[in-house]
Amino acid sequence: MTRSAPEPAGSVGEVRPCDRHFSAPLTLASGAQLAGYDLRYETYGTLNADRSNAVLICHALNASHHVAGTYAGQPRSTGWWDNMVGPGKPIDTRRFFVIGVNNPGSCFGSTGPMSVNPQTGRPYGASFPVVTVEDWVNVQARLCDALGIERLAAAVGGSLGGMQALSWAIQYPQRIAHCVAIATTPRLSAQNIAFNDVARTAIRSDPDFHGGDYYAHGVVPRRGLSVARMIGHITYLSGDDMTERFGRSLRTADYAFGYGAEFEVESYLRYQGDKFSEYFDANTYLLITRALDYFDPARGCEGDLVRALQPATARFLLVSFATDWRFAPARTREIVAALIANGREVSYAEIDAPHGHDAFLLDDARYHSLVAAYFDRIHVRLGGTGAPAGGAEEPR
Amino acid sequence: MKLRHDLVQIASWIESGVRILDLGCGDGTLLAHLRDSQRCTGYGIEIDDASVLACARADVSVVQADLESGLRMFADGMFDTVVLSQTLQAMHNVESVLREMVRVGRRGIVSFPNFGHWSHAIALLRGRMPVTPDIPYQWYDTPNIHLCTPKDFELLAARLGLRITDRALLARGQPVTWLEDLRATVAVYRFEKR
Repeated sequence: MTRSAPEPAGSVGEVRPCDRHFSAPLTLASGAQLAGYDLRYETYGTLNADRSNAVLICHALNASHHVAGTYAGQPRSTGWWDNMVGPGKPIDTRRFFVIGVNNPGSCFGSTGPMSVNPQTGRPYGASFPVVTVEDWVNVQARLCDALGIERLAAAVGGSLGGMQALSWAIQYPQRIAHCVAIATTPRLSAQNIAFNDVARTAIRSDPDFHGGDYYAHGVVPRRGLSVARMIGHITYLSGDDMTERFGRSLRTADYAFGYGAEFEVESYLRYQGDKFSEYFDANTYLLITRALDYFDPARGCEGDLVRALQPATARFLLVSFATDWRFAPARTREIVAALIANGREVSYAEIDAPHGHDAFLLDDARYHSLVAAYFDRIHVRLGGTGAPAGGAEEPR
Repeated sequence: MKLRHDLVQIASWIESGVRILDLGCGDGTLLAHLRDSQRCTGYGIEIDDASVLACARADVSVVQADLESGLRMFADGMFDTVVLSQTLQAMHNVESVLREMVRVGRRGIVSFPNFGHWSHAIALLRGRMPVTPDIPYQWYDTPNIHLCTPKDFELLAARLGLRITDRALLARGQPVTWLEDLRATVAVYRFEKR
């Protein structure tokens, strides 16, 4: 990335997204084809001479290519994983060439439901094909081709991003040296899918949804999207965390005997829902939650995760969080067990953090120190000298 | 780095290039040693956050888990040797961990402090619980809930159907050859399923 101002310590500083058009058609898991597509991405750090230090960051539901740094003139535009990626951060941009890419189907600049379908001249809307984690990984591999990267030093992601990192190891075993999958799962449970369906139903039953072609009507199914976000948000937090943050606190002096946002937690959730519905696209929410539902690499192996992971040759780091009930530690342990059964190099940490699923985005010294230590070893394997070059050891 | 005496003994019983599981692996010292000097591969199991981090820094594969909840994660016969060093005496379920060791591994190796050391008898005769370099805890603040003597261990091994193939009773890292049950501070055993 081009940098104009001297960056603050630990930050990659001012960044600018890049766009690249891919004209070769892409056949999706569904059988549908994307004739061509645009990808928006950002990179931080410098690709080394033998192009071996690239780290791909895979984003989850509502994030994007904007992983770290800020945009010029927008001081509040800090990237979604800025505490993880930057100079002296666990994924140190002085050592690694870090790539963030917006997945197709999302709504932050890559081709998605909001984009104009060149064949009709109108936004794709409901006609945008359902994409899967595997489709995204194929697209990400094409971006790597375009950037001249044959093999990633690592693919990294949390939650849905962790699924992509895992899928990289299965789909492109020769192209990934390390897989770092955090707060993830080898498949959604019935409960997970149920939550997603409630969220989608909220969106689809909003009168402003218009079967997904709301763009033509100049409206947005804001209420449905807001409810979807409220439901999602509850599942990202732990019960204890919510109790600690909100308890039964009232915003009013006493019960108002109505249905307004009387409890702090109601006010918080409604605010989160409203805020989200202003910047996120409803069709993208449907698509991405569907991609979550469909991810199940063992499905093609009669449910046998050991067999599904057989092709994977990367070294693995898996991390889960004790209070994450959405993608509970037991799910990650399944992945660990399957990798061990295949004799793969794998390390696994279960971080006792109180913040539920959201913990993967938050500061936690144990979590960040571990990722820093792991990337330090990756750096050494690439021929670098060990021991973090200051600041990365104990991020706080 | 200098290896602890019982770890030197353990390493000497492990062949080159085999797969190891180290239960309660601490900072990964044994696994790193076996990797660097004997080309062994494998994993450590460790519950402590700081130790897991130390393993990551030592480039040792580590799985953060509680040994008490078992080794369900591992299939039968996955490892050549399963090591449990200086941990047996702190386990709640000693019998099940020993059985699990020979389920997931071909052989097991354990080391533990010898509670039968003569100095402990002296301490008891003086009316006090023993506190020594090998058992450095006060009675009210100790992780050691299942201390035993070599003879105790051998009886349990027999009852569990374990065949002891090697035994080393050490004091200051050296094998003890006479009155070993009284003079050894550390016992190391290698065993397999009968």
